[in-house]
Amino acid sequence: MKTLVLVEHDNASVKDATLHTVTAAARLGEVHLLVAGKGCAGAAAEAAKIAGVAKVHVADDASLEHQLPENVAPLIVGLMADHDAFLAPATTNGKNIAPRVAALLDVMQISDIIGVEGPDSFIRPIYAGNAIAKVQTSDKKLVITVRGTAFDKAAAEGGSAAVEAVGGSNDAGIASFVSAEIAASERPELTSARVIVSGGRGVGSGENYHKIIDPLADKLGAATGASRAAVDAGFVPNDYQVGQTGKIVAPDVYIAVGISGAIQHLAGMKDSKTIIAINKDEDAPIFQVADIGLVGDLFSIVPELTEKL
Amino acid sequence: MKVLVPVKRVLDYNLKPRVKADGSGVDLANVKLSMNPFDEIAVEEAIRLKEKGVASEVIAVSVGEAKSQETLRTALAMGADRAILVTHDGVAEPLAVAKLLKAIADEEQPGLVILGKQAIDDDSNQTGQMLAALLGWAQGTFASKVEVAGETVNVTREVDGGLETVALKLPAIVTTDLRLNEPRYASLPNIMKAKTKPLANKTPGDYGVDMTPRHTTLNVTEPPKRQAGIKVASVDELVAKLKALGVAA
Repeated sequence: MKTLVLVEHDNASVKDATLHTVTAAARLGEVHLLVAGKGCAGAAAEAAKIAGVAKVHVADDASLEHQLPENVAPLIVGLMADHDAFLAPATTNGKNIAPRVAALLDVMQISDIIGVEGPDSFIRPIYAGNAIAKVQTSDKKLVITVRGTAFDKAAAEGGSAAVEAVGGSNDAGIASFVSAEIAASERPELTSARVIVSGGRGVGSGENYHKIIDPLADKLGAATGASRAAVDAGFVPNDYQVGQTGKIVAPDVYIAVGISGAIQHLAGMKDSKTIIAINKDEDAPIFQVADIGLVGDLFSIVPELTEKL
Repeated sequence: MKVLVPVKRVLDYNLKPRVKADGSGVDLANVKLSMNPFDEIAVEEAIRLKEKGVASEVIAVSVGEAKSQETLRTALAMGADRAILVTHDGVAEPLAVAKLLKAIADEEQPGLVILGKQAIDDDSNQTGQMLAALLGWAQGTFASKVEVAGETVNVTREVDGGLETVALKLPAIVTTDLRLNEPRYASLPNIMKAKTKPLANKTPGDYGVDMTPRHTTLNVTEPPKRQAGIKVASVDELVAKLKALGVAA
């Protein structure tokens, strides 16, 4: 089987999400990559070095600069004449593009896979990870998005793939990029952070959140998150929310501060490698999933912890 | 312009799904089903566009078993003008739903279709993008802001690491993210009024769409259980644990 993997990049360099996806693609067969962008020779050169890659297709065109799905999807559909499977990382970019490709190919996408069982069967979480489904597809061509945390990274060095240009202007003329506002936060992004410190209703107020949670996160180089209760109470904006309707995270260490551990919240973080809970209620459900628990008042514990780290 | 809002009836987000013992799926008998949370946000946004005078009519659509009618009544009570139910028992995959929605869009000619970014049952995150592909329209996924200006809609999108704004030629597809708005609650008088609003009953056959699933679910299992953890008695012990985990120096 010949697979085509969408490279996640910023034109200059390849992002790690690609390496996880290459590992999944290699389970299916020969791995080809697609680098679509503008002035993306740097990313293409890096892509060619990824271990296990046979060929890198490079589409360099002004219309592809921001990887708008309206322009990228037809390009991928064209390349799929020679490939059996298309895989994209389950990043916002991959999730944006892949289903558009699938519909144009008249196939059902298999979203967010966490395992490859065979050439046509895959494992994926449903109900926000509360159930795991094994699905088999009857489609002739596969379109798949890959959950990065479930696959090891392919080696970024050691490969020597041939680089081949694919040409033509691809501007569908129906969408254009206006601007981007990439968060200037010194903190890592929530969904890719290795450590997350999250605050819940127990934190009490937005002011307390920044006084208690932020310094601990800074000490640990961690991203900051929140439960829905904290978001609904207005402590922090919605994009902090970890849970079934918020972000799904799986960091190495998740520290839940003043979070009771409602189902809705657990759904978003229970695949974390180590869960640490700090809560004054020793019967809080969070302690049923926490690897390490500390019962006590967060207002004295967290500052002391920050101090001692 | 008309705004079309597809809504899905799913297991209520507050409930923990129970996996059936035979591994055939999640048990949905005798549990509360509600409107998918992202779809509530979509309905709210459509109604706000109507209140601003941008939308002339808001049409809610659902594909599913007959009881999905309740979900449509909720959308009507929030402020949608009329509803279309495409009754289908069994699995309705995103591709098939997108094909039904395309047929409805061809008929209704909406200026905008607003969907939730994903349903919290199958977690696919596909339908909006697929519909955009089938119609050949532009897509603004994971929207946190929607501004219609003349023949264009500017959509601010939540992307990894920040926000991105795109300008889409109308008609277009928008899928909602959590930050877009705070959905309103339907008031009792509006719930009563919604009962008399028009609701058309259709079938996939009416639109000539084949609902045969492309995927077969071989089994559904519980995720691996976490091992019981330990409790520490002091901050010092916790610091030692964090150091052992390699997250603190």
